[in-house]
Amino acid sequence: MGRLDLAPPAPSAWQSATVERVTTETYRAKTFSLRLDEPRPFLAGQHYDVRLTAPDGYQAQRSYSVASAPSDAADCIDLTVELIPDGEVSPYFHEVVRPGDTLEVRGPIGGPFTWTSEMGGPLLLLAGGSGIVPLKSILMHRERTAPEIPALLLYSARGPEDIIYRRFLGDVAQRSPQVGVCLTLTRRQPPGWNGYARRVDPAMLQDCIAELGRINGGGRQLLPLCYVCGPTGFVETVADALLAIGVPETMIRTERFGPTA
Amino acid sequence: MATRGFFGRRRETPPRPIPPGQYLERGFPVLTAGPTQRIPLDEWTFTLAGDDGQPLAEWSWQEFRNLPETEIHTDIHCVTKWSKLDTTWKGVTIDDLLVAAGVTDPAPYLMAFSYGGYTTNLPTWDVVEGRGMVAFEFDGQPIAPEHGGPARLVVPHLYFWKSAKWLRGIRFMPEDRPGFWEQYGYHMYGDPWKEQRYWGD
Repeated sequence: MGRLDLAPPAPSAWQSATVERVTTETYRAKTFSLRLDEPRPFLAGQHYDVRLTAPDGYQAQRSYSVASAPSDAADCIDLTVELIPDGEVSPYFHEVVRPGDTLEVRGPIGGPFTWTSEMGGPLLLLAGGSGIVPLKSILMHRERTAPEIPALLLYSARGPEDIIYRRFLGDVAQRSPQVGVCLTLTRRQPPGWNGYARRVDPAMLQDCIAELGRINGGGRQLLPLCYVCGPTGFVETVADALLAIGVPETMIRTERFGPTA
Repeated sequence: MATRGFFGRRRETPPRPIPPGQYLERGFPVLTAGPTQRIPLDEWTFTLAGDDGQPLAEWSWQEFRNLPETEIHTDIHCVTKWSKLDTTWKGVTIDDLLVAAGVTDPAPYLMAFSYGGYTTNLPTWDVVEGRGMVAFEFDGQPIAPEHGGPARLVVPHLYFWKSAKWLRGIRFMPEDRPGFWEQYGYHMYGDPWKEQRYWGD
């Protein structure tokens, strides 16, 4: 359970945002770049609520993590939405929303699952599926504000076609020797795949912590500050495994994605 | 203002109204800020405390399970927008805990505190007269650790973050003070029917 290190920005009232750009990330993930009428500062890891209103007044709300970094343009946020085929809000985003549309949003929301450079590192970021979204914001924020802090991302996806931000993840690891990106593909691996091909387990996390120590210049192994984000089953397994290999509970922050439709 | 091209896909009409901005959920999503707490029953205790932190009463698991049991059927509403209908909880009402502790006039506010450090604040009114319980069974089974077992607070008429998981005790307070999520921008009271999700709602 994270302590209240600083009061994060509190959510605004509902405001409108204009869709500036829609980017296809994978066959079922799209990023919506929104320009806010009232820019708000936010912390890496926070999310926004989106509210859709039908002509008869019926409303549906969902939460989506911010994918962009706090240091990006102050009036713009990126929200990445994963398509849940039988859902209500994500199919609307995927099938209907286009640049120029206006959406109602409020935020930023969330406190424990945030990172600022004052909190230091090293950082061990553990993503399951679309749980990568807030961790991308943390990685970008780290690169701009504290590039000396070692960070390792372990990203579990079903197959190669499910990897969101593939290009960013390749680039960030190339740009900085202080950043490691490890993938595990749990269901489908491309030919010649030499990454992990199983669900995250304690041994894999031990490898990651060792790799983080190596990135950190070897020798001294610092306990990492861990951010775990993904579906409930993933987060439960990974958080339990981190405790099992001796990471103290105070170093583990979690964000679970329920079946948000 | 309607959102262009949005008509809603209400796959099922709720059998009774649910609070604004909520959708029906069949499963039982898990939302917590840290790892799931696993508390062995022989180490579990539950404390009622005064504002100075001094215990008014403390129970072991065995002692707690000897208190009168109550079952409630209720709908629950999570601030993350899902509502779950027709849940059944068995536990000890706060009324019965107060009686067992011999507390007749508790202070007007309370802080529920949990294993793992979670806290949440409530007016005492909202947990007495059958409005709140310390539950140990959900739908006829012991509450699973990820859902807050061995025992969690259940205050179903408020957003479910008020129903603290892994409950360790309740501390009565003369004034309202923010708990864990309440310090992070969540509403001090959290009435789902008034959509009191965040500060200022």
